[in-house]
Amino acid sequence: MEYHLTIPISLEMIKKLHVGDIIYITGNIFTARDEAHKVMLQKEKNSLPFNPSQMALFHCGPLMKKIKNGWQVVSAGPTTSGRMELFEDKFIEKFGVNIIIGKGGMGEKTKEALQRHGAVYTAYTGGAGALAAERIENTPAVYWLDEFGMPEAVWIFTVKDFGPLIVAMDAHGMSLYKKPE
Amino acid sequence: MDETSIERGIVSLIKKAETELPKDVIKALRKACDVETGVAKTQIETILKNVKLAKVSQRPMCQDTGIQTFFVQVGTAFPKINNLESWIIRGVQRATKEVPLRPNTVDPFSGKNHGDNVGEYIPYITWEFVGGDKVMITALPKGGGSENMSKLGMLKPGVGIEGITEFIVDEMIKAGGSPCPPTVVGVGIGGGADIVMKIAKKALLRPVGERHREKYIAAMEQKILEMINKSGIGPMGLGGKTTVLDVHIEKAHRHPASLPVGIAVQCWADRRSTMVIHADGTWEVQ
Repeated sequence: MEYHLTIPISLEMIKKLHVGDIIYITGNIFTARDEAHKVMLQKEKNSLPFNPSQMALFHCGPLMKKIKNGWQVVSAGPTTSGRMELFEDKFIEKFGVNIIIGKGGMGEKTKEALQRHGAVYTAYTGGAGALAAERIENTPAVYWLDEFGMPEAVWIFTVKDFGPLIVAMDAHGMSLYKKPE
Repeated sequence: MDETSIERGIVSLIKKAETELPKDVIKALRKACDVETGVAKTQIETILKNVKLAKVSQRPMCQDTGIQTFFVQVGTAFPKINNLESWIIRGVQRATKEVPLRPNTVDPFSGKNHGDNVGEYIPYITWEFVGGDKVMITALPKGGGSENMSKLGMLKPGVGIEGITEFIVDEMIKAGGSPCPPTVVGVGIGGGADIVMKIAKKALLRPVGERHREKYIAAMEQKILEMINKSGIGPMGLGGKTTVLDVHIEKAHRHPASLPVGIAVQCWADRRSTMVIHADGTWEVQ
């Protein structure tokens, strides 16, 4: 099935999604890699300068260019999600994120958290950074840029029909990724 | 010799690698697109669309513009050998602003990003001296996701060629979707721990689809390629027939007690470009 969804997405809709479905999303997303996960988990949810539960989480360290009135997205594909396995179950629980965008898949702890809290992990084609940038309409904010540098900072993007995202791990405990034997 | 012109040349060399995928890789991806169906086909189609857009809009195809890596063949009669390193470094700093590139050099202790893709040991340059008065520089920007799947195995010589094959196939199956498959796998066999990793990376310079000149090594490349693709990991690890586009092996003589095997993985964005600098300072990027 193919869906065009607007963020935030209801639990009812999340439960309709199954592995192999293709979705395109419209709304706000935030980037977070290793450093951002670590720092956000140390903070209280309401002390954050943005509300993660109203956005999708994007595993991404974008290539940005400073322009006159803000920032231009040059290239912004996903980074390897496996590194965030250390944090993701706690992250989903604490911040109520219900849609994750990354590449390469995640481990057992995340798989269980997706099922327990009603969330999906979606795969965007790794390396397709130029194409992804085309679907990002603007960059309303950036946090922790000075501390972490461009790749690790948290960037807020407003996206339109961002995809194709493949539902690769769903809220029913299913995954498209093979377990290594 | 116009030094700023040569620095501009280094910027075009990097820009070419970051924005235009070599023809041999595109050809292999198109072939993969023909044999795949479903989700796997969607992945390859998205990659091809992205490659086209990057070329037309002259922007890096992937946001991970990599660690800047260069293989340099220096003609010993080239008049300004001493300046080569600083031209490359300044070219990388300029390219970071002009292409632009993502700042990718982080101090491992402080975590501070240097901001210009330069730092201790980086850009990473391999020097080779040859006859003549020309310099040939090949750029191989190396992304972090695929680099993280590199492996060094100090195998026991008794395991033989079969053991080597098993090690490579196992490691690539374990890597799953992480290195952005379909990948190109560079393999080094023999030498010592450092030599084998270096020749594994050097093996990535060979165009996709080109076999080793020695028939028995070529046959081993083909066999490993087929074995990994049979795993069904597929594009981005989402299942499919194409997990690797090619396998390239290079060998070095080894110590009787050691059998080092090195694996260097390159994502589908197998970015390469080459530049020639002539003795009078004129240059072209191929």
